[in-house]
Amino acid sequence: MDFLLLSLIKTGLVAFVFLTALAYLQWIERKVIAHVQVRVGPNRVGPHGLLQPLTDTIKLLTKEDLIPAHVNKFFYLLAPVIGVAMALISISVIPFGPKITVPFTSIETYLGLTDLNIGVLVPLACSGIGVYAVALAGWSSNNKYALLGGLRASAQMVSYELPLAVAIAAPLLMHNSLSMREIVESQNVVKWGFLYNWSIFSYFGIPFVAFIIFLICAFAETNRIPFDLPEAENELVAGFHTEYSSMKFAAFFMAEYANMTTICCLAVILFLGGWLPPTPGLDWVPGAVFFASGVLMLYHGTVNLARARDRISLPLFGVIFCGIGVLHWIPVLMPITTPLFWFLSKTLFLLFLYIWVRATLPRFRYDQLMHFAWGWMFPVSIGTLFATGLLVAVWK
Amino acid sequence: MPTTPLEVYFPVLVQALLGVGLALGLVGASSLLGKKLKNKIKDSPYECGMAPQGSAEERFSVKFYLVAMLFILFDIEAVFLYPWVVVYKDLGMIAFVEMAIFVILILSGFFYIWKKGVLDWSQISRIQRK
Repeated sequence: MDFLLLSLIKTGLVAFVFLTALAYLQWIERKVIAHVQVRVGPNRVGPHGLLQPLTDTIKLLTKEDLIPAHVNKFFYLLAPVIGVAMALISISVIPFGPKITVPFTSIETYLGLTDLNIGVLVPLACSGIGVYAVALAGWSSNNKYALLGGLRASAQMVSYELPLAVAIAAPLLMHNSLSMREIVESQNVVKWGFLYNWSIFSYFGIPFVAFIIFLICAFAETNRIPFDLPEAENELVAGFHTEYSSMKFAAFFMAEYANMTTICCLAVILFLGGWLPPTPGLDWVPGAVFFASGVLMLYHGTVNLARARDRISLPLFGVIFCGIGVLHWIPVLMPITTPLFWFLSKTLFLLFLYIWVRATLPRFRYDQLMHFAWGWMFPVSIGTLFATGLLVAVWK
Repeated sequence: MPTTPLEVYFPVLVQALLGVGLALGLVGASSLLGKKLKNKIKDSPYECGMAPQGSAEERFSVKFYLVAMLFILFDIEAVFLYPWVVVYKDLGMIAFVEMAIFVILILSGFFYIWKKGVLDWSQISRIQRK
Protein backbone atom coordinates (compact mmCIF):
# COMPACT_ATOMS: atom_id res chain seq x y z
CA MET A 1 0.00 0.00 0.00
CA ASP A 2 2.91 2.27 0.84
CA PHE A 3 4.24 1.65 -2.62
CA LEU A 4 0.94 2.54 -4.28
CA LEU A 5 0.79 5.82 -2.35
CA LEU A 6 4.36 6.62 -3.35
CA SER A 7 3.66 5.96 -7.02
CA LEU A 8 0.52 8.12 -6.83
CA ILE A 9 2.62 11.00 -5.49
CA LYS A 10 5.25 10.44 -8.17
CA THR A 11 2.63 10.33 -10.93
CA GLY A 12 1.10 13.58 -9.73
CA LEU A 13 4.50 15.27 -9.58
CA VAL A 14 5.57 14.03 -13.02
CA ALA A 15 2.22 14.97 -14.57
CA PHE A 16 2.43 18.50 -13.12
CA VAL A 17 6.01 19.05 -14.32
CA PHE A 18 5.32 17.43 -17.70
CA LEU A 19 2.21 19.50 -18.45
CA THR A 20 3.91 22.73 -17.38
CA ALA A 21 6.90 21.82 -19.52
CA LEU A 22 4.60 21.20 -22.50
CA ALA A 23 3.04 24.65 -22.08
CA TYR A 24 6.46 26.28 -21.85
CA LEU A 25 7.87 24.26 -24.73
CA GLN A 26 5.61 26.27 -26.98
CA TRP A 27 6.93 29.51 -25.45
CA ILE A 28 10.51 28.27 -25.97
CA GLU A 29 9.70 27.35 -29.56
CA ARG A 30 8.25 30.77 -30.33
CA LYS A 31 11.18 32.52 -28.65
CA VAL A 32 13.84 30.42 -30.39
CA ILE A 33 12.27 30.77 -33.83
CA ALA A 34 11.86 34.51 -33.22
CA HIS A 35 15.55 34.87 -32.38
CA VAL A 36 16.58 32.76 -35.39
CA GLN A 37 14.58 35.15 -37.55
CA VAL A 38 15.96 38.20 -35.70
CA ARG A 39 12.65 39.04 -34.01
CA VAL A 40 11.87 39.41 -30.31
CA GLY A 41 9.02 36.91 -30.02
CA PRO A 42 6.35 37.00 -27.31
CA ASN A 43 7.34 39.70 -24.80
CA ARG A 44 4.12 41.46 -23.78
CA VAL A 45 2.58 39.10 -21.22
CA GLY A 46 4.78 39.05 -18.15
CA PRO A 47 8.57 39.49 -18.20
CA HIS A 48 9.95 38.15 -21.50
CA GLY A 49 6.49 36.83 -22.32
CA LEU A 50 6.78 34.19 -19.60
CA LEU A 51 3.06 34.25 -18.82
CA GLN A 52 2.18 33.68 -22.49
CA PRO A 53 1.33 29.94 -22.04
CA LEU A 54 -1.17 30.82 -19.30
CA THR A 55 -2.95 33.44 -21.39
CA ASP A 56 -2.94 31.13 -24.40
CA THR A 57 -4.66 28.43 -22.35
CA ILE A 58 -7.31 30.86 -21.07
CA LYS A 59 -7.86 32.21 -24.56
CA LEU A 60 -8.24 28.75 -26.08
CA LEU A 61 -10.59 27.59 -23.32
CA THR A 62 -12.95 30.53 -23.77
CA LYS A 63 -12.98 30.54 -27.58
CA GLU A 64 -16.13 29.57 -29.42
CA ASP A 65 -16.39 25.79 -29.44
CA LEU A 66 -17.76 25.08 -32.90
CA ILE A 67 -18.90 21.62 -33.94
CA PRO A 68 -19.84 22.02 -37.61
CA ALA A 69 -23.00 20.27 -38.81
CA HIS A 70 -21.26 18.25 -41.50
CA VAL A 71 -18.86 16.32 -39.26
CA ASN A 72 -19.19 12.79 -37.93
CA LYS A 73 -19.67 13.97 -34.37
CA PHE A 74 -18.52 10.91 -32.40
CA PHE A 75 -15.21 10.40 -34.19
CA TYR A 76 -14.71 14.16 -34.50
CA LEU A 77 -14.74 14.47 -30.70
CA LEU A 78 -12.92 11.17 -30.13
CA ALA A 79 -9.86 12.09 -32.24
CA PRO A 80 -8.34 14.82 -30.00
CA VAL A 81 -9.07 12.71 -26.90
CA ILE A 82 -7.18 9.72 -28.36
CA GLY A 83 -4.32 12.00 -29.39
CA VAL A 84 -3.80 13.58 -25.96
CA ALA A 85 -4.38 10.40 -23.96
CA MET A 86 -1.93 8.32 -26.02
CA ALA A 87 0.67 11.07 -25.97
CA LEU A 88 0.52 11.34 -22.17
CA ILE A 89 0.63 7.60 -21.36
CA SER A 90 4.12 6.83 -22.60
CA ILE A 91 5.88 9.19 -20.17
CA SER A 92 5.04 6.65 -17.43
CA VAL A 93 7.66 4.15 -18.63
CA ILE A 94 10.52 6.67 -18.98
CA PRO A 95 13.14 6.46 -16.20
CA PHE A 96 14.70 9.82 -15.25
CA GLY A 97 17.40 8.66 -12.87
CA PRO A 98 18.82 5.86 -10.74
CA LYS A 99 17.57 4.51 -7.40
CA ILE A 100 17.56 7.26 -4.79
CA THR A 101 16.79 7.71 -1.11
CA VAL A 102 14.30 10.47 -0.41
CA PRO A 103 16.22 13.05 1.73
CA PHE A 104 15.63 12.92 5.52
CA THR A 105 13.67 9.67 5.24
CA SER A 106 14.60 6.07 4.62
CA ILE A 107 12.25 5.66 1.65
CA GLU A 108 14.06 4.25 -1.36
CA THR A 109 12.57 4.78 -4.77
CA TYR A 110 13.45 4.99 -8.44
CA LEU A 111 13.41 8.27 -10.34
CA GLY A 112 10.76 7.48 -12.90
CA LEU A 113 7.24 6.18 -12.63
CA THR A 114 7.67 2.51 -13.44
CA ASP A 115 9.95 0.14 -15.24
CA LEU A 116 8.27 -2.43 -17.48
CA ASN A 117 10.23 -5.36 -18.88
CA ILE A 118 8.76 -4.38 -22.28
CA GLY A 119 9.25 -0.65 -21.67
CA VAL A 120 10.63 0.23 -25.10
CA LEU A 121 7.51 -1.13 -26.81
CA VAL A 122 5.11 1.15 -24.91
CA PRO A 123 6.02 4.46 -26.64
CA LEU A 124 6.00 2.62 -29.98
CA ALA A 125 2.52 1.21 -29.27
CA CYS A 126 1.24 4.60 -28.13
CA SER A 127 2.53 6.34 -31.23
CA GLY A 128 0.96 3.55 -33.29
CA ILE A 129 -2.46 4.21 -31.74
CA GLY A 130 -1.78 7.94 -32.02
CA VAL A 131 -2.02 7.55 -35.80
CA TYR A 132 -5.76 6.93 -35.26
CA ALA A 133 -6.16 10.43 -33.80
CA VAL A 134 -4.84 12.05 -36.96
CA ALA A 135 -6.55 9.67 -39.38
CA LEU A 136 -9.93 9.91 -37.61
CA ALA A 137 -9.68 13.69 -37.31
CA GLY A 138 -9.06 13.95 -41.03
CA TRP A 139 -11.79 11.53 -42.00
CA SER A 140 -14.54 12.63 -39.61
CA SER A 141 -14.13 16.35 -40.45
CA ASN A 142 -15.77 15.69 -43.83
CA ASN A 143 -13.61 18.36 -45.42
CA LYS A 144 -11.34 17.85 -48.43
CA TYR A 145 -8.28 19.44 -46.88
CA ALA A 146 -8.74 17.53 -43.67
CA LEU A 147 -9.19 14.22 -45.48
CA LEU A 148 -6.03 14.75 -47.53
CA GLY A 149 -4.12 15.79 -44.42
CA GLY A 150 -5.31 12.77 -42.48
CA LEU A 151 -4.42 10.38 -45.32
CA ARG A 152 -1.00 11.91 -45.75
CA ALA A 153 -0.37 11.81 -42.02
CA SER A 154 -1.32 8.18 -41.59
CA ALA A 155 0.69 7.03 -44.63
CA GLN A 156 3.69 9.06 -43.49
CA MET A 157 3.52 7.93 -39.88
CA VAL A 158 3.27 4.23 -40.72
CA SER A 159 6.05 4.54 -43.33
CA TYR A 160 8.47 6.10 -40.88
CA GLU A 161 7.47 3.83 -38.01
CA LEU A 162 9.21 0.98 -39.81
CA PRO A 163 12.77 2.43 -39.95
CA LEU A 164 12.16 3.83 -36.45
CA ALA A 165 11.43 0.35 -35.08
CA VAL A 166 14.46 -1.12 -36.86
CA ALA A 167 16.74 1.73 -35.69
CA ILE A 168 15.64 1.13 -32.09
CA ALA A 169 16.61 -2.54 -32.44
CA ALA A 170 20.29 -1.60 -32.96
CA PRO A 171 20.97 -0.33 -29.40
CA LEU A 172 18.74 -3.08 -27.99
CA LEU A 173 21.05 -5.55 -29.68
CA MET A 174 23.95 -4.23 -27.61
CA HIS A 175 22.06 -4.15 -24.30
CA ASN A 176 19.85 -7.24 -24.75
CA SER A 177 16.92 -5.86 -22.85
CA LEU A 178 13.64 -4.09 -23.49
CA SER A 179 13.56 -2.50 -20.02
CA MET A 180 14.67 1.12 -20.26
CA ARG A 181 16.29 1.08 -16.83
CA GLU A 182 18.40 -1.96 -17.71
CA ILE A 183 19.41 -0.32 -20.99
CA VAL A 184 20.79 2.72 -19.17
CA GLU A 185 22.41 0.58 -16.46
CA SER A 186 24.20 -1.43 -19.14
CA GLN A 187 25.66 1.82 -20.54
CA ASN A 188 26.99 2.65 -17.06
CA VAL A 189 30.51 1.40 -17.83
CA VAL A 190 33.56 3.64 -18.04
CA LYS A 191 35.79 2.76 -20.99
CA TRP A 192 39.31 3.97 -21.74
CA GLY A 193 39.20 5.51 -18.28
CA PHE A 194 37.32 8.65 -19.25
CA LEU A 195 34.22 7.93 -21.32
CA TYR A 196 30.87 6.50 -20.23
CA ASN A 197 29.88 3.78 -22.68
CA TRP A 198 26.90 5.55 -24.28
CA SER A 199 25.45 3.50 -27.13
CA ILE A 200 26.61 5.99 -29.75
CA PHE A 201 30.22 5.72 -28.55
CA SER A 202 30.47 1.95 -28.88
CA TYR A 203 31.21 -0.31 -31.86
CA PHE A 204 33.08 2.28 -33.97
CA GLY A 205 30.19 4.71 -33.96
CA ILE A 206 27.91 2.49 -36.06
CA PRO A 207 25.09 3.05 -33.52
CA PHE A 208 25.52 6.75 -34.25
CA VAL A 209 24.08 6.08 -37.72
CA ALA A 210 21.13 4.37 -36.03
CA PHE A 211 20.78 7.44 -33.80
CA ILE A 212 20.60 9.75 -36.85
CA ILE A 213 17.98 7.46 -38.46
CA PHE A 214 16.03 7.46 -35.20
CA LEU A 215 16.09 11.26 -35.04
CA ILE A 216 14.94 11.69 -38.65
CA CYS A 217 12.12 9.17 -38.15
CA ALA A 218 11.19 10.88 -34.89
CA PHE A 219 10.75 14.16 -36.78
CA ALA A 220 8.50 12.37 -39.27
CA GLU A 221 6.54 10.51 -36.57
CA THR A 222 5.67 13.74 -34.80
CA ASN A 223 4.77 15.50 -38.08
CA ARG A 224 7.36 18.22 -37.61
CA ILE A 225 9.10 20.29 -40.26
CA PRO A 226 10.59 19.16 -42.66
CA PHE A 227 7.98 16.37 -42.54
CA ASP A 228 4.88 18.44 -41.72
CA LEU A 229 3.07 17.48 -44.93
CA PRO A 230 -0.16 16.62 -43.03
CA GLU A 231 -0.63 20.28 -42.11
CA ALA A 232 1.21 21.90 -45.02
CA GLU A 233 -0.48 25.26 -44.67
CA ASN A 234 0.13 26.50 -48.20
CA GLU A 235 -1.49 23.42 -49.76
CA LEU A 236 -3.96 22.14 -47.19
CA VAL A 237 -4.91 25.20 -45.04
CA ALA A 238 -4.22 23.35 -41.78
CA GLY A 239 -4.49 19.71 -42.84
CA PHE A 240 -6.26 17.29 -40.55
CA HIS A 241 -7.31 19.91 -37.97
CA THR A 242 -8.84 22.42 -40.40
CA GLU A 243 -12.32 22.00 -38.91
CA TYR A 244 -11.24 22.05 -35.26
CA SER A 245 -11.59 25.05 -32.97
CA SER A 246 -10.83 26.15 -29.40
CA MET A 247 -9.35 23.52 -27.03
CA LYS A 248 -9.97 20.62 -29.43
CA PHE A 249 -7.60 22.38 -31.83
CA ALA A 250 -5.05 22.94 -29.09
CA ALA A 251 -5.31 19.28 -28.05
CA PHE A 252 -3.56 18.24 -31.28
CA PHE A 253 -0.69 20.59 -30.50
CA MET A 254 -0.50 19.35 -26.94
CA ALA A 255 -0.29 15.78 -28.27
CA GLU A 256 2.40 16.84 -30.74
CA TYR A 257 4.56 18.44 -28.05
CA ALA A 258 4.04 15.53 -25.66
CA ASN A 259 5.07 13.08 -28.41
CA MET A 260 8.14 15.19 -29.17
CA THR A 261 9.19 15.18 -25.53
CA THR A 262 8.66 11.44 -25.11
CA ILE A 263 10.54 10.53 -28.27
CA CYS A 264 13.45 12.78 -27.21
CA CYS A 265 13.51 11.01 -23.82
CA LEU A 266 13.55 7.69 -25.68
CA ALA A 267 16.48 8.84 -27.84
CA VAL A 268 18.39 9.95 -24.73
CA ILE A 269 17.81 6.61 -23.01
CA LEU A 270 18.60 4.38 -25.98
CA PHE A 271 21.53 6.26 -27.50
CA LEU A 272 22.83 8.99 -25.20
CA GLY A 273 23.26 7.15 -21.93
CA GLY A 274 20.13 8.36 -20.13
CA TRP A 275 21.09 10.13 -16.93
CA LEU A 276 24.80 9.33 -17.22
CA PRO A 277 27.24 12.22 -17.71
CA PRO A 278 29.70 12.07 -20.65
CA THR A 279 32.71 11.43 -18.41
CA PRO A 280 33.15 10.64 -14.70
CA GLY A 281 33.98 13.40 -12.23
CA LEU A 282 31.62 16.02 -13.60
CA ASP A 283 29.41 16.25 -10.49
CA TRP A 284 30.25 19.94 -10.00
CA VAL A 285 29.07 20.89 -13.53
CA PRO A 286 25.27 21.08 -12.97
CA GLY A 287 25.63 23.49 -10.06
CA ALA A 288 28.26 25.51 -11.89
CA VAL A 289 26.09 25.89 -15.01
CA PHE A 290 23.13 27.24 -13.02
CA PHE A 291 25.31 29.41 -10.77
CA ALA A 292 27.18 30.92 -13.71
CA SER A 293 23.98 31.74 -15.59
CA GLY A 294 22.56 33.24 -12.39
CA VAL A 295 25.63 35.45 -11.97
CA LEU A 296 25.39 36.46 -15.63
CA MET A 297 21.76 37.50 -15.14
CA LEU A 298 22.63 39.48 -11.98
CA TYR A 299 25.37 41.25 -13.92
CA HIS A 300 23.05 42.17 -16.79
CA GLY A 301 20.24 43.06 -14.42
CA THR A 302 22.20 45.40 -12.16
CA VAL A 303 25.44 46.56 -13.75
CA ASN A 304 24.97 46.28 -17.49
CA LEU A 305 21.27 47.00 -17.92
CA ALA A 306 20.26 46.98 -21.60
CA ARG A 307 16.51 47.53 -21.20
CA ALA A 308 14.81 49.39 -18.39
CA ARG A 309 12.09 46.78 -17.85
CA ASP A 310 14.64 44.09 -17.00
CA ARG A 311 15.52 45.92 -13.78
CA ILE A 312 13.41 43.61 -11.65
CA SER A 313 13.04 40.42 -13.70
CA LEU A 314 16.71 39.75 -14.47
CA PRO A 315 18.04 40.06 -10.87
CA LEU A 316 15.08 37.99 -9.65
CA PHE A 317 15.83 35.18 -12.09
CA GLY A 318 19.55 35.58 -11.34
CA VAL A 319 18.90 34.91 -7.67
CA ILE A 320 16.62 31.96 -8.51
CA PHE A 321 19.23 30.41 -10.81
CA CYS A 322 22.03 30.92 -8.24
CA GLY A 323 19.73 29.22 -5.73
CA ILE A 324 19.21 26.25 -8.06
CA GLY A 325 22.97 26.11 -8.57
CA VAL A 326 23.58 25.97 -4.82
CA LEU A 327 20.88 23.27 -4.51
CA HIS A 328 22.92 21.09 -6.86
CA TRP A 329 25.90 21.26 -4.50
CA ILE A 330 24.03 20.18 -1.35
CA PRO A 331 25.36 16.67 -0.67
CA VAL A 332 21.94 15.26 0.35
CA LEU A 333 20.30 16.40 -2.87
CA MET A 334 23.21 15.67 -5.19
CA PRO A 335 22.27 12.02 -6.00
CA ILE A 336 18.85 13.31 -7.14
CA THR A 337 19.69 16.53 -8.93
CA THR A 338 22.78 15.44 -10.87
CA PRO A 339 21.16 12.57 -12.85
CA LEU A 340 18.07 14.73 -13.43
CA PHE A 341 20.27 17.53 -14.74
CA TRP A 342 22.04 15.31 -17.25
CA PHE A 343 18.84 13.62 -18.39
CA LEU A 344 16.91 16.85 -18.81
CA SER A 345 19.75 18.76 -20.44
CA LYS A 346 20.17 16.06 -23.08
CA THR A 347 16.41 15.93 -23.67
CA LEU A 348 16.19 19.71 -23.90
CA PHE A 349 19.08 19.75 -26.34
CA LEU A 350 17.21 17.34 -28.63
CA LEU A 351 14.04 19.43 -28.29
CA PHE A 352 16.08 22.50 -29.19
CA LEU A 353 17.28 20.58 -32.25
CA TYR A 354 13.64 20.08 -33.26
CA ILE A 355 13.00 23.82 -33.05
CA TRP A 356 16.28 24.69 -34.74
CA VAL A 357 15.42 22.41 -37.68
CA ARG A 358 11.94 23.93 -37.85
CA ALA A 359 13.44 27.39 -38.14
CA THR A 360 15.96 26.28 -40.78
CA LEU A 361 14.64 23.69 -43.23
CA PRO A 362 11.92 23.89 -45.91
CA ARG A 363 9.29 21.18 -46.38
CA PHE A 364 9.65 17.98 -48.44
CA ARG A 365 7.47 17.21 -51.43
CA TYR A 366 5.17 14.26 -50.76
CA ASP A 367 6.69 11.85 -53.29
CA GLN A 368 10.18 12.75 -51.99
CA LEU A 369 8.98 12.07 -48.46
CA MET A 370 7.66 8.60 -49.26
CA HIS A 371 10.64 7.72 -51.42
CA PHE A 372 12.97 8.83 -48.63
CA ALA A 373 11.20 6.59 -46.13
CA TRP A 374 11.10 3.42 -48.24
CA GLY A 375 14.05 3.91 -50.57
CA TRP A 376 16.59 5.27 -48.06
CA MET A 377 15.63 5.04 -44.41
CA PHE A 378 14.38 1.45 -44.47
CA PRO A 379 17.37 -0.16 -46.28
CA VAL A 380 19.89 1.97 -44.35
CA SER A 381 18.30 1.08 -41.01
CA ILE A 382 18.39 -2.65 -41.88
CA GLY A 383 22.04 -2.26 -42.93
CA THR A 384 22.92 -0.48 -39.67
CA LEU A 385 21.17 -3.14 -37.64
CA PHE A 386 23.13 -5.94 -39.29
CA ALA A 387 26.43 -4.06 -39.11
CA THR A 388 25.85 -3.62 -35.37
CA GLY A 389 24.76 -7.25 -35.08
CA LEU A 390 27.93 -8.49 -36.77
CA LEU A 391 30.16 -6.39 -34.50
CA VAL A 392 28.28 -7.49 -31.38
CA ALA A 393 28.48 -11.16 -32.42
CA VAL A 394 32.23 -10.93 -33.13
CA TRP A 395 33.22 -8.89 -30.02
CA LYS A 396 30.41 -9.91 -27.64
CA MET B 1 10.97 -2.48 -5.16
CA PRO B 2 7.90 -3.19 -7.31
CA THR B 3 7.39 -6.88 -7.94
CA THR B 4 3.76 -7.82 -8.47
CA PRO B 5 2.13 -6.98 -11.81
CA LEU B 6 -0.27 -4.61 -10.03
CA GLU B 7 2.59 -2.61 -8.57
CA VAL B 8 4.52 -2.54 -11.84
CA TYR B 9 1.57 -1.50 -14.01
CA PHE B 10 -0.17 0.74 -11.47
CA PRO B 11 1.63 3.98 -12.58
CA VAL B 12 0.78 3.21 -16.22
CA LEU B 13 -2.87 2.80 -15.26
CA VAL B 14 -2.87 6.06 -13.27
CA GLN B 15 -1.16 7.90 -16.12
CA ALA B 16 -3.66 6.49 -18.64
CA LEU B 17 -6.61 7.59 -16.48
CA LEU B 18 -4.98 10.98 -16.07
CA GLY B 19 -4.44 11.34 -19.82
CA VAL B 20 -8.00 10.36 -20.73
CA GLY B 21 -9.40 12.50 -17.90
CA LEU B 22 -7.36 15.51 -18.93
CA ALA B 23 -8.32 15.16 -22.59
CA LEU B 24 -12.03 14.80 -21.78
CA GLY B 25 -11.78 17.64 -19.27
CA LEU B 26 -10.17 20.03 -21.73
CA VAL B 27 -12.63 19.28 -24.53
CA GLY B 28 -15.55 19.44 -22.09
CA ALA B 29 -14.36 22.66 -20.44
CA SER B 30 -13.95 24.47 -23.73
CA SER B 31 -17.45 23.44 -24.82
CA LEU B 32 -18.84 24.72 -21.49
CA LEU B 33 -16.86 27.98 -21.35
CA GLY B 34 -16.92 29.02 -24.97
CA LYS B 35 -19.89 30.91 -26.36
CA LYS B 36 -21.91 29.39 -29.17
CA LEU B 37 -23.21 31.45 -32.09
CA LYS B 38 -24.26 29.09 -34.85
CA ASN B 39 -25.08 30.12 -38.37
CA LYS B 40 -25.33 28.47 -41.74
CA ILE B 41 -22.00 29.70 -43.07
CA LYS B 42 -20.07 28.41 -40.04
CA ASP B 43 -21.66 24.99 -40.49
CA SER B 44 -20.34 24.54 -44.03
CA PRO B 45 -16.97 22.86 -44.69
CA TYR B 46 -14.08 25.30 -44.88
CA GLU B 47 -12.84 25.72 -48.44
CA CYS B 48 -11.01 29.05 -48.29
CA GLY B 49 -14.21 31.08 -48.28
CA MET B 50 -15.66 29.63 -51.48
CA ALA B 51 -18.92 27.70 -51.54
CA PRO B 52 -18.02 24.00 -50.93
CA GLN B 53 -17.88 21.94 -54.11
CA GLY B 54 -19.31 18.43 -53.88
CA SER B 55 -18.69 15.91 -51.13
CA ALA B 56 -15.41 15.47 -49.31
CA GLU B 57 -15.73 11.70 -49.35
CA GLU B 58 -14.20 11.23 -52.74
CA ARG B 59 -11.94 8.52 -54.05
CA PHE B 60 -8.28 8.82 -53.18
CA SER B 61 -5.08 7.33 -54.52
CA VAL B 62 -4.67 3.57 -54.26
CA LYS B 63 -1.09 4.23 -53.10
CA PHE B 64 -2.39 4.91 -49.59
CA TYR B 65 -3.89 1.39 -49.40
CA LEU B 66 -0.67 -0.10 -50.73
CA VAL B 67 1.38 1.73 -48.10
CA ALA B 68 -0.93 0.43 -45.37
CA MET B 69 -0.54 -3.15 -46.62
CA LEU B 70 3.24 -2.86 -46.97
CA PHE B 71 3.44 -1.43 -43.47
CA ILE B 72 1.65 -4.44 -42.02
CA LEU B 73 3.93 -6.84 -43.95
CA PHE B 74 7.19 -5.19 -42.94
CA ASP B 75 6.14 -4.25 -39.44
CA ILE B 76 5.61 -7.93 -38.69
CA GLU B 77 9.23 -8.39 -39.70
CA ALA B 78 10.23 -5.60 -37.30
CA VAL B 79 8.21 -7.28 -34.55
CA PHE B 80 10.15 -10.52 -35.17
CA LEU B 81 13.37 -8.57 -34.61
CA TYR B 82 12.52 -7.67 -31.01
CA PRO B 83 12.57 -11.14 -29.40
CA TRP B 84 15.71 -11.78 -31.43
CA VAL B 85 17.60 -8.77 -30.03
CA VAL B 86 16.78 -9.67 -26.43
CA VAL B 87 18.52 -13.06 -26.60
CA TYR B 88 21.14 -12.05 -29.16
CA LYS B 89 24.26 -12.15 -26.97
CA ASP B 90 23.43 -15.63 -25.68
CA LEU B 91 23.02 -17.07 -29.16
CA GLY B 92 25.80 -15.18 -30.94
CA MET B 93 26.76 -15.84 -34.54
CA ILE B 94 24.08 -18.48 -35.23
CA ALA B 95 21.34 -15.96 -34.44
CA PHE B 96 22.99 -13.47 -36.76
CA VAL B 97 23.09 -15.88 -39.70
CA GLU B 98 19.53 -17.07 -39.12
CA MET B 99 18.17 -13.54 -38.95
CA ALA B 100 20.21 -12.57 -42.00
CA ILE B 101 18.53 -15.35 -44.01
CA PHE B 102 15.09 -14.24 -42.78
CA VAL B 103 15.73 -10.58 -43.61
CA ILE B 104 17.19 -11.39 -47.04
CA LEU B 105 13.96 -13.27 -47.85
CA ILE B 106 11.92 -10.26 -46.69
CA LEU B 107 14.14 -7.83 -48.60
CA SER B 108 13.80 -9.79 -51.84
CA GLY B 109 10.08 -9.08 -51.59
CA PHE B 110 10.93 -5.47 -50.86
CA PHE B 111 13.04 -5.16 -54.02
CA TYR B 112 10.26 -6.81 -56.04
CA ILE B 113 7.74 -4.17 -54.99
CA TRP B 114 10.36 -1.47 -55.52
CA LYS B 115 10.93 -2.62 -59.13
CA LYS B 116 7.17 -2.83 -59.64
CA GLY B 117 7.02 0.90 -58.87
CA VAL B 118 4.84 0.63 -55.76
CA LEU B 119 7.12 3.02 -53.89
CA ASP B 120 7.24 5.55 -56.69
CA TRP B 121 4.89 8.39 -55.78
CA SER B 122 5.74 10.81 -58.58
CA GLN B 123 3.32 11.51 -61.43
CA ILE B 124 4.71 9.06 -63.97
CA SER B 125 5.33 5.65 -62.51
CA ARG B 126 8.18 3.46 -63.66
CA ILE B 127 5.82 1.11 -65.49
CA GLN B 128 4.24 3.89 -67.51
CA ARG B 129 7.64 5.22 -68.50
CA LYS B 130 8.69 1.87 -69.99
